[in-house]
Amino acid sequence: MFLINCPFCGEREQSEFKAGGEAHIVRPKQPTELSDDEWAEYLFMRKNIKGVQFERWNHVHGCRKWFNVVRDTSNDQIKAVYKMGEKPPN
Amino acid sequence: MKNQYSIFSLIKNAFTYHENWAKAWGDPEPKKEYDILIIGGGGHGLATAYYLAKKHNIKNIAVLEKGWIGGGNTGRNTTIIRSNYLWDASAGLYDHALKIWEGLSQELNYNVMFSQRGVMNLAHNLQDVRDLKRRTHANRLNGIDAVYLNTEEVKKFCPIINTSPDIRYPVLGGTLQKRAGTARHDAVAWGYARGADEMGVDIIQNCEVKGIKRNGDTVVGVDTTKGFIKTKKIGVVAAGHSSVIANMAGLRLPLESKPLQALVSEPVKPIIDTVVMSNAVHAYVSQSDKGELVIGAGTDDYISYSQKGSHDIVEGTLSAILELYPIFSRMRMLRQWGGIVDICPDASPIISKTTVKGLYFNCGWGTGGFKATPGSGDLFAHTIANDEPHKLNAAFNLNRFVSGDLVDEHGAAAVAH
Repeated sequence: MFLINCPFCGEREQSEFKAGGEAHIVRPKQPTELSDDEWAEYLFMRKNIKGVQFERWNHVHGCRKWFNVVRDTSNDQIKAVYKMGEKPPN
Repeated sequence: MKNQYSIFSLIKNAFTYHENWAKAWGDPEPKKEYDILIIGGGGHGLATAYYLAKKHNIKNIAVLEKGWIGGGNTGRNTTIIRSNYLWDASAGLYDHALKIWEGLSQELNYNVMFSQRGVMNLAHNLQDVRDLKRRTHANRLNGIDAVYLNTEEVKKFCPIINTSPDIRYPVLGGTLQKRAGTARHDAVAWGYARGADEMGVDIIQNCEVKGIKRNGDTVVGVDTTKGFIKTKKIGVVAAGHSSVIANMAGLRLPLESKPLQALVSEPVKPIIDTVVMSNAVHAYVSQSDKGELVIGAGTDDYISYSQKGSHDIVEGTLSAILELYPIFSRMRMLRQWGGIVDICPDASPIISKTTVKGLYFNCGWGTGGFKATPGSGDLFAHTIANDEPHKLNAAFNLNRFVSGDLVDEHGAAAVAH
């Protein structure tokens, strides 16, 4: 359990949020031209990083907005929070 | 066996105050080269090495474990064993394991304390009733023992359950698999380690894999904290850390690693002589031989390798436990812990070759891998030895995520993913 600083509402308990998994997975621009292998990559394959991960969260029990979080998955420490569409921090 | 356990060896060793028992497995330094390396010294990894040596006569094997054997999820689960899964492929896989469990203590000459006390799955709403009835029929078509119980029969089988129609999610019925039950998780790891060691397998603890060396699309060895080890085949059985190993080989897997929690209470006299699971309210409970209630909670929904879960998950599970078993209301919880489980999108495991020659993965068991330990080891050993899957694990290949031929077991997995 940890606190997440929602960019719209401020710091709240993690239990108010829903995790949305790995961020910046871009939806294929031309889905009809994708091979089965490319679909599998897009739909199922994940980095599942142990360490610093870029991920999406939704404040489901709050403003219900999506945003991005940079979190170290080995100790759950949050490094940064940024809105959808913003450039990810280095 | 140099150290056969029996009533006679027990008496003999009593004369020397039990100080002269031979070590159950050795502590070797790694050799320069092995025919097969198994990464991960949990139950599944040790079972794989055991069956490779026993059934496929390959002796030059090492099991590499970064901590101590059985110190990961093997020692963290709630020890439930059952095979009442929905689809034919899963029924074949899990019942294969259950059949091995039934003779495992004799085979290993090690008491794994397999106790067929039955597992009951409760229904709390009409959809549960329909799903569980469907699953009972599917199980019976696959030769798996399963019966559907109505509320009165549930109460008769486990009298402490609150079957009042007035509770928030009343018990509308349930299924019972009588051949199902529990086993001692540590003993499974120790028994397989002892058996594998006896046949010449090197069990190397405190040896973490840091990299996988490839020559083109073929594996040639691994870098470890104890140096480089050459090999032709690598079997990865690293549970929550499967993706970490996969990344070392330049692969991605369809896995997400999440914390799963369990807790035990203070020990009390026998009160519940079966295993009861409730998927809908997320509560399951059994009682260990020491008398502790063993309670399984759910997974957190975020990726984490921290081996600790959130308190609200425990709170949710315990509130459901108290509603179903008011008799436990004043019991104190003694210990709580988390393990990292590798979850597949279809809640079924992967026992498969990969696109890298000589690299095999046994992963994705998610929240319910313990029950499959013997079968998983047997089938993974077959897959590695023959470079092709056994017919029982053919459906559990990595390619199913490309072909779309998934084995959706979210309903039977019993722990919400």
